[in-house]
Amino acid sequence: MSAPGKTSPHAAMSQDVHARPGRSAHAPTGTAKVVRALLRKELLVELRTLESIPGMSLFAVTTFVVFHFALNQDTVSGQEAAGILWVTLLFAAMLGVNRLFVADADQGGFDGFLLAPVDRTALLIAKAIALLAYLLVLELIAVPAFGLLLLGPPLGQALPGLLAPLALGDIGVAAIGTLVAALAVRTRARDLLGPLLALPLLVPIVIGCARASAPLFYATRVGGDGNPPLRWLGTLALYDLVFGLIAYAVFDFLLED
Amino acid sequence: MRRPSLRVLSIATIAAFCVSLSLVFFYAPIEAEEGFLQKIFYLHVPLAIVTLCGFVIGGLCAIAHLRTRDQRWDLRSYVAIHMSLIFGVAVLITGSIWARGSWGHWWVWSEPTLVSFLIIMLLYATYQPLRFAIEDPERQARYASVFAITAGAFVPMNFLAVRLSASYLHPRVLGSSSNLPAPMALTFLVSLAAVALLFATLCTYELAAKRTRILLKARSRILGYQS
Amino acid sequence: MTFLATTLPEHSNDGYVAAAYIVFFAIVLIYVAIMAVRLGRVERKVRDLSAQEREKERETV
Repeated sequence: MSAPGKTSPHAAMSQDVHARPGRSAHAPTGTAKVVRALLRKELLVELRTLESIPGMSLFAVTTFVVFHFALNQDTVSGQEAAGILWVTLLFAAMLGVNRLFVADADQGGFDGFLLAPVDRTALLIAKAIALLAYLLVLELIAVPAFGLLLLGPPLGQALPGLLAPLALGDIGVAAIGTLVAALAVRTRARDLLGPLLALPLLVPIVIGCARASAPLFYATRVGGDGNPPLRWLGTLALYDLVFGLIAYAVFDFLLED
Repeated sequence: MRRPSLRVLSIATIAAFCVSLSLVFFYAPIEAEEGFLQKIFYLHVPLAIVTLCGFVIGGLCAIAHLRTRDQRWDLRSYVAIHMSLIFGVAVLITGSIWARGSWGHWWVWSEPTLVSFLIIMLLYATYQPLRFAIEDPERQARYASVFAITAGAFVPMNFLAVRLSASYLHPRVLGSSSNLPAPMALTFLVSLAAVALLFATLCTYELAAKRTRILLKARSRILGYQS
Repeated sequence: MTFLATTLPEHSNDGYVAAAYIVFFAIVLIYVAIMAVRLGRVERKVRDLSAQEREKERETV
């Protein structure tokens, strides 16, 4: 939604990528530089327009309230708590995924990028890092809200162990979410297709994260040392690696026109 | 690659099924724990294996399509995935019937194969909506190939993840297919061959039908231009 | 898995085995039927197309 008469921030800023003074038009810009430029653009636009992060965070907190009424419980603990937290984070992430490429598709940002002599996977990397950033901010708001509203045992004791599943889960959601967003954005039913494609692909991540964090949400330590079981962290890491590589390999083909 | 003759494939499939069914019902011994119900194993598991291979083949054909840009690979990918979807429905239904007979419930979460299948089917169910939501045929084929590759890689990883998550306290409802005594193993292999042949035959059939329709459309378009 | 060839099959389970095989063959037959309908449509289009071609030839002659 751009203001009438003004160039959209996305289309305008795409010019930044290749209109650098003093640089030969024929030398391809290094991928890291491109990623940094694109990422800067993404985060600046998000800070200015605040399209994704407030929506995602509000959605998560509201969902916790809904859960309170749906379950008719004051507190949750154990596997139930882990399940509620991860499902809420997942669906909030879907909101972010839906919006990830929308502005580019609608306002010509793709065309500007495609004209530049740069490695196209830079867009994938930049968008994935941006989505990762949104998820981290989402969790900064949602996890304390969860501890406040629904979690029975104190959040403080669960928090250190929670960092690893959160990080690995975020990476996986970012990689798969970006790929699926790019796939879905230029189809007719983009809002529907995005989550439908992403959710089955993200089931293993939900399995890993929920199972890894369940032992952390007990009031008294239920066996172990407060660290999430390595088996699940290993699975998450492997899954992130495989799908990160696949996304990297196929992303080019999505941007050809 | 010489196109296999539809007639030869059909005859081979029918023959294989006759042999397989005879073996299942007259040769394979009755299993002690599950009794006669275990016979579903010779239908359900080959269907599952062939379906999963079909999805992976769809992914491989998609890779070929993206590399060569030959639309014929996209057609093969589409047909393989489409057929696997149909076979997958059969897997879920026969698995559900087996669970009902064996465990009393129409659905069991403790059987990892069935759960994995549900997730995979939910994913591939979006394949056709995705294709039909893109109008430009070249872009449709490209995006479909990207999906087929991603989903094809997902199939083994999903199995791994679900198997890991299955509680080790629950006994496997539908039994494992390892350590089979010889008569059962033979019956199983013949059944597997029969289902695989059926898949190949139906895919060849579908490919031929699609090619014919494409030719027809091309001819009628030419005719339309000339008049 | 062990096996005993002398165990009698349970009555109730015959139905399930039959149901599973019937469902499978039903799915295959439904697929073949759908393909047959499509084939009929294609054959009709071919006939129409041939008729159109013959008319065109008559016109140009």
